[in-house]
Amino acid sequence: MNILIMVIFVVLAAFTLAAGVMVVTVKNIIHAALWLIASFFSVAAMYLLMEAEFIAIVQVLVYVGAISILVLFAIMLTRHVTGEGVRQLYKRWWIALIVAAALFGVLIVPTVFNYEWAVQPSGAQISIASTVEIGTAFMREYLLPFEVASVLLLVALIGAIVIAFEERSTRRRVLTLAEEVEQRRQRNESLRLAPTTHASETSE
Amino acid sequence: MNMVDAVPLPWVLAVAAGLFCIGLFGALSRRNTVGILLGVELMLNAVNLNLIAFWRYLEPNVVAGQVFALFIITVAAAEAAVGLAMIIAIYRTRLTVNADEVDSLKG
Amino acid sequence: MSFLDIIILIVKALVLALAATTLFAYFTLFERILLARFQHRVGPNRAGYIPLPGGRKLLGGFLQPVADAVKLFFKEDVTPALADKWVYLISPAFATIPALIIWATIPLGCWPVGGDGALPVGGCAPVGGSNFLQLAEISVGILYLLAVTSIGVYGIAIAGWSSNNKYSMLGGVRASAQVISYELALGLAVLGVVMQAESFSTAEIVNRQWGWWFIIPQFLGFIIFLLASTAEVVRAPFDLVEAEQELVGGYNTEFGSMKFALFFMSEYIKLVAMNAIAVTLFLGGWHFPGLYTLAQFVSANAGQWAGNAVFGLLSLGAFLLKVTLLSFLSVWIRATVPRVRYDQLMHLGWKVLLPMALFNVALTAVLNVLIPDNRVLSGVIALVVGALVIVGVAAVNGPRKPPASQVTLVKKSAEVVQ
Repeated sequence: MNILIMVIFVVLAAFTLAAGVMVVTVKNIIHAALWLIASFFSVAAMYLLMEAEFIAIVQVLVYVGAISILVLFAIMLTRHVTGEGVRQLYKRWWIALIVAAALFGVLIVPTVFNYEWAVQPSGAQISIASTVEIGTAFMREYLLPFEVASVLLLVALIGAIVIAFEERSTRRRVLTLAEEVEQRRQRNESLRLAPTTHASETSE
Repeated sequence: MNMVDAVPLPWVLAVAAGLFCIGLFGALSRRNTVGILLGVELMLNAVNLNLIAFWRYLEPNVVAGQVFALFIITVAAAEAAVGLAMIIAIYRTRLTVNADEVDSLKG
Repeated sequence: MSFLDIIILIVKALVLALAATTLFAYFTLFERILLARFQHRVGPNRAGYIPLPGGRKLLGGFLQPVADAVKLFFKEDVTPALADKWVYLISPAFATIPALIIWATIPLGCWPVGGDGALPVGGCAPVGGSNFLQLAEISVGILYLLAVTSIGVYGIAIAGWSSNNKYSMLGGVRASAQVISYELALGLAVLGVVMQAESFSTAEIVNRQWGWWFIIPQFLGFIIFLLASTAEVVRAPFDLVEAEQELVGGYNTEFGSMKFALFFMSEYIKLVAMNAIAVTLFLGGWHFPGLYTLAQFVSANAGQWAGNAVFGLLSLGAFLLKVTLLSFLSVWIRATVPRVRYDQLMHLGWKVLLPMALFNVALTAVLNVLIPDNRVLSGVIALVVGALVIVGVAAVNGPRKPPASQVTLVKKSAEVVQ
């Protein structure tokens, strides 16, 4: 059974990392977002392996169900400049690669090779913190951070609305058919009056 | 039969470190601001993976690990909402979402 | 867990998936016949019948779903030239899989197996045993249901995007906005039930409704859940995603043959699944008056196993009966209520349902703290307050005549033209 879990973990880890690589390298930004969803799912599966089912479900609920759909939504709203045909990486992307690789080296050497982690001995009787205990902790020890987080969410909510809100007066309104006909009629009249403006009018 | 017996902790940490560095690369090298945001989300996920691994392997009876992970998820949600709102606002005024083309403060 | 247990689990999962798809087929027939009756038509009555003596026909049209399926199979399967091929191909799967896996944590009935085998009072799983009619019992079952519901929107969103068609794209964007908006109200309505039952587990929530269905203390939550779940599965009157008159069919315009059938199927399975969740959360799940007494009578006379089997089948029947009643309600709504405008949809979701759901959560919390012991008293108070809130909100937000400045009379504009 241990071998089975190990195999599952290795497959999940490989998939997570591969999906992550696709997220940062793929040209089409929608594909990048879909790969991000794939990596969120496999991270959630790893949480399940580690018996943190509450966190796993919240991961799917918040990351996959809310954040990713928001990202997709934003991409669709800004569509025609985010597709292919545009250079996606900076010219000097290799500097970023070196920085990331160096950081990986710095992280991996002390944590993996040079430190003896005080892991719980196998077979010991351990009690895993349950969902009920998390709820209780939020109402007792972590009450202040909990309230601060809720204020943060409120501020983010209002901030997002304020930033993305467009004044009605500055909005580029889609014209109705009647208005368009009216506009064309006016333009034709002005054409008849001043034929020199023709070129600038039609080039719009 | 659980993960603690089957997989050593450094493996999980290595996966998390790898995910973090991939996210960092994405955040630094992408021109598209949405792409930068995706990289940051990957980094936050890596941090969460680390927190859960430490919780499960070192202190499974203390809730702090899971609580911290939940706070990070909250912050990630707030960050994504504000970030995407900014991207849409930028797109509306400049018709681009590439970070290096939004440079009106450049001297 | 032994090898045999895993085999049984796989077989159960397969049977559940097949049952869900069969349910879909017959739900379409159910809906078509009912819609026909609502509109004074006959409806499908040709494909398949049982001949009776005297030239009468029984069950006319019961093979209609089979005929539909065969027709869809043999249609030409086209992939648009400019579609994003891979995303286009996986989007039907993205839509179907959540609709199928959502059934995993819903307790469909109560058939106690294993353990000491006795039917426990006020619960289902016997000591050391489990409930045969629930595929998976997890401690965060309700959150699982919400999570799976929320990933269902991806199928629609990426199908709309990948078809490379403006109408499909509009349908996809509309769907994402709508589902994100209504998820909040849906989640808060469910939260009221979670607070009432003090558990995230679906089995525990059903157990807590023994003799006291949550529709009474959570009446407000039930109404919010019904509205929000109708919007969540993008069904009439909230079907702007596929408004035929505006979007030539919406996100699935470019999908043909079995790919279209998968979208169609996922929509209906999700609808029935939402009704099943509503039954689980508010209408007592598999509980039914008198069922327990009957099971005890049978096990006293014919043995414990027979009693459990009778109880299992009857509770499954009670569950399906309640789901059918709610499904009838959905068809009824579809047949009578006209489609809302997009601004009305957003208004309802954000300014009406969300505050109401927040109020419901607050009300439940206050009643739980003030009257923790007397569930009848607190339930009746919640019912009365909830009904008053609904009446008040409906009075404030109900239909009214638009101001004269917004009305364009046909006659007037005709005069202007002349």
